[in-house]
Amino acid sequence: MSPLFLPSPVAVGERFVTQLQNGELLTDASASVYRIAAGFLLATVMAVPIGILIGTSTRIEAALEPLIDFVRYMPVVAFVPLTILWAGIDDGQKFLIIWMGTFFQQVLLIADAVRQTPRSLIDLGETLGLGNGQILTRIVLRSSAPRIWDALRITLGWAWTWLVVAELVAASSGLGYRITLGQRYFQTDTIITYVLILGVLGLVTDQFMRAWGRRMFRYERTSR
Amino acid sequence: MSVDSREASVVRTAETAVPKVSIRDLSKSFGDVHALEGVSLDLFANEFVSVVGTSGCGKSTLLSIIAGLTEQDAGSVTVDGVPVTGPGRDRGVVFQGFTLLPWLTAQQNVQFALQDEPLSRAERASTAQQFLALVGLAGFENAFPRELSGGMQQRVAIARSLSYKPQILLMDEPFGALDALTRREMQTLLTRVWEQHKLTVLMITHDIEEAIITSDRVLVMSRRPGRIRADLTVPLARPRLAAMSAEPQFRALYSSILELVHEPAA
Repeated sequence: MSPLFLPSPVAVGERFVTQLQNGELLTDASASVYRIAAGFLLATVMAVPIGILIGTSTRIEAALEPLIDFVRYMPVVAFVPLTILWAGIDDGQKFLIIWMGTFFQQVLLIADAVRQTPRSLIDLGETLGLGNGQILTRIVLRSSAPRIWDALRITLGWAWTWLVVAELVAASSGLGYRITLGQRYFQTDTIITYVLILGVLGLVTDQFMRAWGRRMFRYERTSR
Repeated sequence: MSVDSREASVVRTAETAVPKVSIRDLSKSFGDVHALEGVSLDLFANEFVSVVGTSGCGKSTLLSIIAGLTEQDAGSVTVDGVPVTGPGRDRGVVFQGFTLLPWLTAQQNVQFALQDEPLSRAERASTAQQFLALVGLAGFENAFPRELSGGMQQRVAIARSLSYKPQILLMDEPFGALDALTRREMQTLLTRVWEQHKLTVLMITHDIEEAIITSDRVLVMSRRPGRIRADLTVPLARPRLAAMSAEPQFRALYSSILELVHEPAA
């Protein structure tokens, strides 16, 4: 088979070393990590309070959930041309795509996590004379925290996908941009190298989130 | 010894002719289901009363209304003459499921009930430890709920509801989820704890033996709609012992309650 279609592991290894030495890999990776971090944080900061409100108030749920569910089913990819029109091709557009791809999913997952608080724990709070605000902070949030953390971990994985989609279409830096360049010059070894790096980065962040979660929610540890 | 305690219980009843909790003509329906209809009963101070009945007779609804977690359709519940309008710290509740907060240790679960009391951190800790010791859990202060057996978890829940010294303790089939041996152990423990720390207790149960061995009075509820069919005083002396279940008085009471529970509604 022609190495153009599937480069040998040696060629991929060599490409990895070259990219590492000329500094491009680090620049690309840091540009992408920055975009993920900013876009994902923006989505999370907005989704956590809104998800909690939807999960705890039936009135807010009735008002917002159908809307969010509707937007959630719109394909984010189809918004790429529009976001370029709105936000250009700089970091802002990448944040926007990551935000659109994660925020709506996060809200629904967090609302669901909050709703799973056992009724008996809320009854307990009431019999101990706690007010609604105290029940929310002392019981509901603490009880749903592991599920909220899981929702964030899963959506962070999706954020990586949306980032690469955005960078493939229009960018002047980032891991996805380098893949597009590789395509343009038939550098399939570059493409494979970067796809593998994306896989590793995704795996590392996921493992990190898992380990952190296990530490925070040690009390839950069963057979997981 | 047994004569003394019987006299003591007579004195207690005479002193407290005014009921601690008074329930009048309570009714509650869920859609077409009449859970309770015209339920009236009195609980006197420091009295241990059980309500027995078949499952689905509305006895848990009764407890939930007294706790202030469910609103009645008609009738009234008063504590010391004041109508109940919602949950309150004068009424501690032990639920059927193990309602411990999984992210807190046994001691923190007890302290959870004390966090708004005007106590120092050290006082909160020592109160929690004292009540854990009372239910036989000294040494398990730092265990998380998932590390405790069902019986131990329910003991933590009992320690928690006693720790803030409510005047009334409401228990909804507290031992229903436990195996038979653990249940006997817990009944003995509860009786011992109550004999040391007198408070007014209302316990819902479907276990007639449990009701007799723990209670001063047993109320029998009829099937839907739930009504109080009989109010029986338990003639056994205190302290109660597990061996008492072989006594003829116990057996006679057991048979009459069993008959009342299964008698078809008039």
